Amino acid sequence: MAAAAPRLAEERVGQVVLPGDVLLLPSQPEEDGERLRLAPSGPQKGRLVCGPGLRRGGEGLLVTKCGLLRYRGPAGQAGGGTGSGSGGTYWVDSQQKRYVPVKGDHVIGIVTVKAGDIFKLDVGGSEQASLSYLAFEGATKRNRPNVQVGDLIYGQFIVANKDMEPEMVCIDSSGRANGMGIIGQDGFLFKVSLGLIRKLLAPACEIIQDLGQLYPFELVLGMNGRIWVKAKTIQQTLIVANILEACEHMTAEQRKHAVARLSES
Amino acid sequence: MKETPLSNCEKRFLLRAIEERKRLDGRQCYDYRNIRISFGTDYGCCIVELGKTRVLGQVSCELVSPKPNRATEGILFFNLELSPMASPAFEPGRQSDLLVKLNRLLERCLRNSKCIDTESLCVVAGEKVWQIRVDLHLLNHNGNIIDAASIAAIVALCHFRRPDVSVQGEEVTLYTPEERDPVPLSIHHMPICVSFAFFQQGTYLLVDPSEQEERVMDGLLVIAMNKHCEICTIQSSGGIMLLKDQVLLCSKVTGVKVAEITELIQKALANDQKVRKEGGKFGFAESIPNQRITAFKIEQATIDTDDVQEQAEEIIAKASPPSEVLANPVLWAPGTAQIGEGVENSWGDFEESEKEEEEEEVAQDKSTTDDQTMEMGDTSVGNQDKKDETIVLSDSEEEDVIILEPEGAQKNRTETSYKQDIASKKPVSKKK
Repeated sequence: MAAAAPRLAEERVGQVVLPGDVLLLPSQPEEDGERLRLAPSGPQKGRLVCGPGLRRGGEGLLVTKCGLLRYRGPAGQAGGGTGSGSGGTYWVDSQQKRYVPVKGDHVIGIVTVKAGDIFKLDVGGSEQASLSYLAFEGATKRNRPNVQVGDLIYGQFIVANKDMEPEMVCIDSSGRANGMGIIGQDGFLFKVSLGLIRKLLAPACEIIQDLGQLYPFELVLGMNGRIWVKAKTIQQTLIVANILEACEHMTAEQRKHAVARLSES
Repeated sequence: MKETPLSNCEKRFLLRAIEERKRLDGRQCYDYRNIRISFGTDYGCCIVELGKTRVLGQVSCELVSPKPNRATEGILFFNLELSPMASPAFEPGRQSDLLVKLNRLLERCLRNSKCIDTESLCVVAGEKVWQIRVDLHLLNHNGNIIDAASIAAIVALCHFRRPDVSVQGEEVTLYTPEERDPVPLSIHHMPICVSFAFFQQGTYLLVDPSEQEERVMDGLLVIAMNKHCEICTIQSSGGIMLLKDQVLLCSKVTGVKVAEITELIQKALANDQKVRKEGGKFGFAESIPNQRITAFKIEQATIDTDDVQEQAEEIIAKASPPSEVLANPVLWAPGTAQIGEGVENSWGDFEESEKEEEEEEVAQDKSTTDDQTMEMGDTSVGNQDKKDETIVLSDSEEEDVIILEPEGAQKNRTETSYKQDIASKKPVSKKK
């Protein structure tokens, strides 16, 4: 298959890109000339971040996943698109189920092995993550956390390197649990696509607010596509789980309608 | 890759839900998931979806020499593949126990029940017979592979057409589809497998278990039956003890389910036949619906920035002045002063209004700085001069900062006047 002719990254924002596509960053040669002139007093040039699904290669960016190309400007304004010369982030919004650990991601893991002073957690990636028993809030050598094989743990990656075993912790930098730790024995865990998780965690997401009007429930969203839900009864838990799963293919109106119908009954 | 372990939480929840007679997808105990049958453009190709479980069936044929002990019978061959695409737990090219079990069950269900007339597959006795090969590929695994695979196999066989042959004396002629219409296989009956999952030592029974239910079940009973309620195969696995009544109940349920499924298959086949005859569109591309992934959308709105200056001025004009603090600074020691006592804090207001003013000033500044640089260009003021100027200006700013220093006149100023002071000095300091 012949590779598509390289095109400017800017032009393809919002379009479908395929693995092997090459995206050119237009401003680089000019930028250098400009920089020499403006270097002492000119505004600081932003860094161009190459997000998921893209890799630097040759003269530009090499696409490694299929999906929609997205761009966010340096100051956080969405789709600024005025010029990539001033930095910003390019990434590919893809639809996949397989999770690849990323440093800083909060995920739900299942304990598979208790080996000495570390636990092994299945996070849905290619390799199991390790978690030290000291990486819990208030844990000491004497005071071990009560973790059994098969328990669910909500934690954060501190090491996520493609060549190394990922490592998780359940405390933040100040030693606080901050919501992380062992998830209770009740409730239900189910898996959804990674795209849906990102959608649910987006700041503009109304799905959870809509659901929250039905009845109270607890929810944990792991970036690895796992969702843990607990409501008062099994029936209610199942309803929340099914709505969340169905949200992927529902429009906002359909969802509102479904939630309204549920709240009536 | 290893199979994703089942957490205690899921196990407990599933068992409790089953005790309450609830299933994850809202089905009743004896309900099947939705079955969808779609056909490819070629004969003998179909995809069967059982909920999210998908199986692709493809039938092919070949002329081979028969087995020596069965000279007049065609050969039937079944092969089920579990690819890693269906589930990461499946490894490619390895005969897992599950795969062997499923293949064996499938053969027993379809070949040993003699649902296909193998004698009709004979071309020349002892020399040439048709070998019918049924390839089944699991595309997605969400439980109950055997039911989906058995439906896919029988549907693909029903749909398949083999090339016509004629024998004249010693001469065997194979006709291409253009010369003579391909002929369907002769199928006596359609055996279909129905799975029952047992929980809590057979206390609870579910039809068509999903993947999660399969992982917590104690035992599985598979009954293959045709629509005449003839049992073709029955197999119990998982090592649970079943009572006679339970098996009888299961066989009754199977009878009902098989009748429903057979009807669905016949309808699907008739439908496909009709579409093909009318020359309409057929094939997977036509029959498998697209699912759209929805996303949040934010409309891009253009903002008019022409009257920003006026707006800012308006806001400043409208804004209520910060609450007056009757400050009478008391000087305790050089560098330490107290203004008021227990009076409302107006720091927040102060900062806000300052920001607003700053905004305005930036705009104004620009014009002034531009003017200045132009002037400088004109009068060709050197870089050195500029530097000197900055130093002078920064000095003036420092004066600004040490405003609390007790110097007679300054200490009696109210906060408002102090702020105005900064405002008036700001443009100057910006110039450096």
